[in-house]
Amino acid sequence: MTTVTATEKVIEPVVRRGSEPRRRSDVGRVLTQVFMIVITLAWITPILFALYVALRPIEETNRDGYVSLADRLTLANFTNAWRQSEMWTFFLNSVYITVPAVILTLLLASMVAFVVARLNFKFNIAMLILFTAGNLLPQQVIITPLYRLYLAIPLPGFLSESGLLYNSIFGLIVINVSFQLGFCVFVLSNYMKTIPPEIDEAAIVDGASLWTRYRRLTLPLCRPALAALATLLTTWIYNDFFWAITLISTGNRRPITSALANLQGQFVANQNMIAAAALIAAIPTLVVFVLLQKQFIRGLALGATKG
Amino acid sequence: MSDSFSRRSALRRLGGAAVLAVTPGALLAACSSGDQGGGAPSGSGSGGGNPTGPITFGSNYSDAAPKDAFAALTQAASTKTGVQVTINTVDHNTFQNNISSYLQGTPDDLATWFAGYRLQFFAAQNLLEPIDDVWEKIGGNFNDATKSLSKGIDGKYYLVPIYNYPWVVFYNKSVFQQRGYTVPKDWDAFIALCKQMQTDGLIPLAFAEKDGWPALGTFDILNLRINGYEYHIKLMKHEVPWTDKGVTAVFDKWRELMPYLQNGANGRIWQDAAKALENKQAGMMFQGSNQVAANYAEANLADLDFFPYPVINSEHGQDYMDAPTDGFMLPKKAKNKDAAKKILEYLGTADAESTFLKTDHWDVGVANGLVAPTYNEIQKKSVQAISDCKAVAQFMDRDTVPDMATAMIKLIQGFIDNPAPATVEALQKSAEDQAKTIFTT
Amino acid sequence: MVATTDRVTGPPAAPRRRRWRGARTLSTRDKWVLAGLLGIPLLLDLAFVWIPALGSVLLSFTKWTGVGSISLQPCGSRPTLPGIPEPGCVYGVQNYNQAFTVYPDFWPAVLHNAIWLLVFIVLATPLGMLLAVIIDRGIRGSRIYQSVLFLPVMLSLALIGIIWELIYSPNYGLLNSIIGRTSNENLIDWLGDPNLNLWAILVEATWRQAGYVMVLYLAGLKALDPALREAALVDGANAWQSFWRVTFPVLKPINIVILVVTVIESLRAFDLVYISSKGNVLNGLELLSVLVTQNIVGETQRIGFGSTLGVVLLVISLVPISIFLYQVFRKEART
Repeated sequence: MTTVTATEKVIEPVVRRGSEPRRRSDVGRVLTQVFMIVITLAWITPILFALYVALRPIEETNRDGYVSLADRLTLANFTNAWRQSEMWTFFLNSVYITVPAVILTLLLASMVAFVVARLNFKFNIAMLILFTAGNLLPQQVIITPLYRLYLAIPLPGFLSESGLLYNSIFGLIVINVSFQLGFCVFVLSNYMKTIPPEIDEAAIVDGASLWTRYRRLTLPLCRPALAALATLLTTWIYNDFFWAITLISTGNRRPITSALANLQGQFVANQNMIAAAALIAAIPTLVVFVLLQKQFIRGLALGATKG
Repeated sequence: MSDSFSRRSALRRLGGAAVLAVTPGALLAACSSGDQGGGAPSGSGSGGGNPTGPITFGSNYSDAAPKDAFAALTQAASTKTGVQVTINTVDHNTFQNNISSYLQGTPDDLATWFAGYRLQFFAAQNLLEPIDDVWEKIGGNFNDATKSLSKGIDGKYYLVPIYNYPWVVFYNKSVFQQRGYTVPKDWDAFIALCKQMQTDGLIPLAFAEKDGWPALGTFDILNLRINGYEYHIKLMKHEVPWTDKGVTAVFDKWRELMPYLQNGANGRIWQDAAKALENKQAGMMFQGSNQVAANYAEANLADLDFFPYPVINSEHGQDYMDAPTDGFMLPKKAKNKDAAKKILEYLGTADAESTFLKTDHWDVGVANGLVAPTYNEIQKKSVQAISDCKAVAQFMDRDTVPDMATAMIKLIQGFIDNPAPATVEALQKSAEDQAKTIFTT
Repeated sequence: MVATTDRVTGPPAAPRRRRWRGARTLSTRDKWVLAGLLGIPLLLDLAFVWIPALGSVLLSFTKWTGVGSISLQPCGSRPTLPGIPEPGCVYGVQNYNQAFTVYPDFWPAVLHNAIWLLVFIVLATPLGMLLAVIIDRGIRGSRIYQSVLFLPVMLSLALIGIIWELIYSPNYGLLNSIIGRTSNENLIDWLGDPNLNLWAILVEATWRQAGYVMVLYLAGLKALDPALREAALVDGANAWQSFWRVTFPVLKPINIVILVVTVIESLRAFDLVYISSKGNVLNGLELLSVLVTQNIVGETQRIGFGSTLGVVLLVISLVPISIFLYQVFRKEART
């Protein structure tokens, strides 16, 4: 097929990458390594310190402060946090919200991006600005009218116990998708512009339909961007607390972020345990990142061979 | 790759259909939402419901200990009334911040809340249901002060109280014994004690203000000691201007105190200040008992003691203090009001309070003459300290419009940064300017 | 399909920016597909983002606690009980007037947003790009570097709040402990001191922003045709020259993404401050979006006033970015 050959032509040199920068001097290489190691250490220290605190009993840190040698390390804070906050329920809520929202956002955004980046219409610029600018709005600015809107939109009972978009997980998915769309359209359309137009030309010669050009040609080539966006979207939507606290009023329908808030408490703050809970809550995003990182790094090459 | 895409397309079909089904309604509603404003959504009628429940109970008792106490309380209420209760716990801060949209949305049948202006504010906006019929039955359990705290501006009842707690000066008995300190009765003795502590290498007063509200307590108590309760209430209602010299006097006294307050307060969470007291690095700390005592390790609790804030103006002596009261309210949009009222009738009894206080060792009940069998020394002393007062205030963020309290938090933090007379002058002017926009229509 | 073939015969010499013009080449089915591709996302964006945004603009001319409905009467025309807010009413431009004059936090917020933007443009974003370029060269350990540097972006706000509380806490924090400033006499109040706290928060923000920019840029670099760079290296350019002469210009669309993201993030910045100052706004940490939040999401709401601040923020961010994007996109469309 013409499409495959066209893609391969672009992709082929990737295989050779990695063996290329032989020219750099050893000094340069060492300096780069030192720089990266210093930065990396600086970046991870705060996180490791939180982990250290989470592994210590609060009685000990209250007495000796956080910066002290530990008498003993224990997982008690982690197990207590898990139990006390009924984290499992909230985990599931987060999954129900995040998975559909990320997939829908990427899908819808890639559709718009395809039209504005790969086709030539007069309204393209206006479209792009409409979506991109929509992303500039801070959440707080639209929440009041949105709240009224959510109270006014009825939903069938199987989607929402309250019978409204308000206080339903479905409603939370809708707003997360709508709100993240703008950014993804913007980023994806810019990536799509870096794909050589010859690929489309070849496809058109082949008589490919619009759908085929979107689905079979453009999407596979956007894999690095899609993987990067999927990682970002997952962390944003998973970690969102704003929509959750303003549009959901039933405590146990809220996502993981509010389980953490439950642990913060009003008057007694067991920082060690909260740190433990927050670290547990971070695990899913780390998993997603590790999984997508592979896609992300090999993305383009894979897209070519299988596209 | 192909499998991930097919999964995606399956979900896409699902999601796409759902989205299509919803959006036309969304657009219609958007057009009409402007003039309808607070238009009631379906389902939440007025009154009625099944008198035996079930009901849901919105709770902001998210900390482990009060959460257990609250569960025990609703369990007892359920047993007594036959109404089944489901608790909907939301963390304290979120609950508070979203109260307005919570009450207008799909609220539970009952909810936890606070006494004072903070209650009246929402009652006057027609978001709460009056519960005079409940009070006909429980009225005898409470004194007049508690009754008036539970009423709205219209004179109707809106709250059933459960407990309160005093704002007092905490210290460790062992430190006072070892060093031979005595409890100061008046301002001069207080300052002298602070000086002594400083020479002894102690931080005289542990202090934290990162959370915003703790320093409001210091303002309140100085104001109550210097100007009295009437003045406090008038100031909170903006019947006295913030530029008044009574307010200047409060900050003048506070300036005298500044050298003895723990440094770096604006960046410290109050738990760290309580730690300084518990670890005996600090000599005293002025805050609410349900914070300091609740934060103490069980083993150290026996060493903790308190005294009411020293006398500054003999005209007012130690007649007043902040003793915030918490309780329960009935949202206007509750679905099952009859059952909710049955629960409230139980909650307004000494028996209910005792049940709650079994696991809560820092608050005290408000029913007449209640001495819960589980009271510890701090609680017993708290009851005494509160009943010694001629009147108790609720705390600045409960006695005035919350916007005003927010404005004051910021201004007071500025004062802590730089307690110069010029700061106070600018502060008072800014407070008054903001009060005018907040209070006048 | 036949109709399309003659269009391919254009001059092969300059095909880079050529795209296929208009809907004329589309079949009926393609047109339906096109309508679906655009229609659904557009509907969502309009219904749940733009219509509420428009609503907020209207609300900025009212005085409203968020309770009940808004009447079309001017404020002050109905009597109210002392201390109890009037039901929603029309307030004209009074909110704007108050924001610019009485409200003490407004101008500091504008200044702090500007500082934030400057630090991001000068420090955080270039750092993220640099990290991406280094990692893209496939140096040893780049997978580990990439993962660690991206970590902060993935953490929840709650965790970030705790992490930095543990670092900056005046008496018990890591930072003061290391430099020996934990006693009551010499402690440094990183988050409380209005001269320091913005910078302390900017350290947190850079910690997160660099990883964010790194990942976006890295995805751009991955999509780049490496043949280009190789050609430059063969021509005798060193790594530095090859980046500036070849990679950077070719990545123009991605650079625009990065620039816009930087501006957006600086103007929208809110969560770090919000979590670090426990929902209050500490002196020295005023930011426009934090002020919007404080007024709109709170126990008692000043919806009208908060919306006004929101509209100001919108105008500051939307107008320049829209103009910028319009010019960029139009230039692209022409070439």
